[in-house]
Amino acid sequence: MAGIHIEGLRKQFPDGTVAVEHLDLEIADGELFVLLGPSGCGKTTTLRCIAGLEHQTSGDIRIGDQLVNGRRAGERDIAMVFQFYALYPHLSARDNIAFPLRAQSVAASEVERRVAASAEMLKITDLLDRKPSRLSGGEQQRIALARALVRAPQAFLMDEPLTNLDAELRIDMRTEIKHLQAELGTTMVYVTHDQVEAMSLGDRIGIVNNGRLEQVGAPLDVYRNPATLFAAGFIGTPPMNLFDVRVDGQALVGPAGLRLPRPAAATGTGLVAGVRAEWLGLVGPDDDGAPGQVVATESLGDETIYVVDVEGELLSVREPPTAPWRDGDAVTVHHHARFEPRVYDSESGRALGTEPPEDPAEASTPDATDRSVSTDPAHSGADAGTP
Amino acid sequence: MRPARALRGGLLLLAVVLMLFPAVWMLITSLKDIQDVYAATVFDFTPTLDNYRDVFVSTSAAGGASDLVTNFSNSVIITALATLLATLIGVPAAWGFSRFDLKGAKDQLFFILSTRFMPPVVVVIPLFVMYRWAGLYDTRTGLVLLYTAFNLPFTIWMMKGFVDEIPGEYEDALMMDGYSRLQAFRQGSLPLLVPGILATAVFSMIFTWNEFTFAVFLTGSTARTVPPAIAGLLGGQSTPWGLVAAAAMVFALPVLAFGFLVRKHLVAGMTFGAVRR
Repeated sequence: MAGIHIEGLRKQFPDGTVAVEHLDLEIADGELFVLLGPSGCGKTTTLRCIAGLEHQTSGDIRIGDQLVNGRRAGERDIAMVFQFYALYPHLSARDNIAFPLRAQSVAASEVERRVAASAEMLKITDLLDRKPSRLSGGEQQRIALARALVRAPQAFLMDEPLTNLDAELRIDMRTEIKHLQAELGTTMVYVTHDQVEAMSLGDRIGIVNNGRLEQVGAPLDVYRNPATLFAAGFIGTPPMNLFDVRVDGQALVGPAGLRLPRPAAATGTGLVAGVRAEWLGLVGPDDDGAPGQVVATESLGDETIYVVDVEGELLSVREPPTAPWRDGDAVTVHHHARFEPRVYDSESGRALGTEPPEDPAEASTPDATDRSVSTDPAHSGADAGTP
Repeated sequence: MRPARALRGGLLLLAVVLMLFPAVWMLITSLKDIQDVYAATVFDFTPTLDNYRDVFVSTSAAGGASDLVTNFSNSVIITALATLLATLIGVPAAWGFSRFDLKGAKDQLFFILSTRFMPPVVVVIPLFVMYRWAGLYDTRTGLVLLYTAFNLPFTIWMMKGFVDEIPGEYEDALMMDGYSRLQAFRQGSLPLLVPGILATAVFSMIFTWNEFTFAVFLTGSTARTVPPAIAGLLGGQSTPWGLVAAAAMVFALPVLAFGFLVRKHLVAGMTFGAVRR
């Protein structure tokens, strides 16, 4: 098992598209790290660079203390699970799982033992004799997972492995993957565009946008303190309310005079406040706050999300299911004083005065002397990028 | 319901008669001797296989194999080689265009296709001059090269569609398991491409087998294929219609038989964009 260290990664495709602008990342040994971002943001390309299925234009990738630039995928001792499961259609489930071991000429008895163990782990022992075409999507994905873990690799790479499953199964498999990773203690890099999946799985999340890392942090940290407007709009259901505010003494004033406490760093103009739905509350139309009108309600059972039109700004407000409001009701929005809003610079899109908290893994970055270890000079140069 | 069915049956019958008439006429003619061909009746004749014998056996006093036998063997050899070469070159090329991000891939593909825009008859005169100069005139090699070049664009375009349909993850997974890029292609994608390759090869084969323009201009007597040879039987003092029809029947048979055998793949090939994984 090993950590993964990425430094200055850049990937430009021959047609000129830049998939990854610049990316530095430290993934600790045994960590479940989620790369989260919209489609086309470069997260899958990053994963494929780690796997060795793409070769970076520049930058270094280390797995453990091994510099793997220019090494073939098969020489990196990592396993990958794909969105489309990529099971060999002509082989039974058993042979599919055994395939990577046979490719490495592992002894037959050992293959049998390890296939049985992986199958046990994923509860697919009774499916082993079937062909992939006779398995459901969830079963196929279990076989694919078993095929990945049978090799006992340095790290697992997961490329949106649950996207093709239906919602219910996805949640089951999510739990199972998390459990499996914790049990094996193997480093896992998990790519997804689903922020709920990212939040529920990751030890840490890296939010990727336009080929750059927007923010790296633990799920709750990313949720509470999005570092950028993009992260604020991407994480959370509903996403953070974002609206223009101006400074008024010790307060920030938003639409219809909605008053928020002012963080010390919030000065000047061009400010955007980020407020979670649960930081806001609704009261009757005659109370203090910003008057508005309920335009939509989402009853989720344990809570209700109200979308309130406040001077043309649509704000999401989280209320208990007992809240009495209905569509069309006149209400007043107020901000719960115990929460401090996030404030962003509308130009740069970055949070003001609240630098992203120091990352524990970042502190353990291997130093320069570490880097010289086992560096094969033939592999240390940046790859030209042609496949 | 009944009149509608009768109408449909009638229309179908009409279509069958219209479509099969030329083939049946050819078959009947091939079984007639020359008097019966010129006689005013269609079905009233004594069938004879003399024409078929004449296709293979020379009518000259010395006997032996006829010229048409040479033409047939030319056609078979040239078609087989040109199809094989176009497939061997075109399938990997299509795989490359499908799997890799190539600089100007779209322009390259368009260029490849554009080589088919020109009607053969436009380029055949310059080709004739070049072939004379290069010593390729009236050689099988010359026609094999030319037909390979003409089959390639089609092979690449059609095969690219098939390769696009096969998820690259098969190859990715194999590469993760330690196989090289090419091994991954051979083990992962190639087995799934076989129906597509067959369909494409059949199209190439039919094109090559039937090609007339180049063959008539670029061959003399040595490398002449069947289509210009049959055309060569026409004219002169009298046209041996029975022999023409018999030769045409023999010529059509292999393609018909082959097309029938691989018809499932052919349909898959023609609808390649719509085939589900």
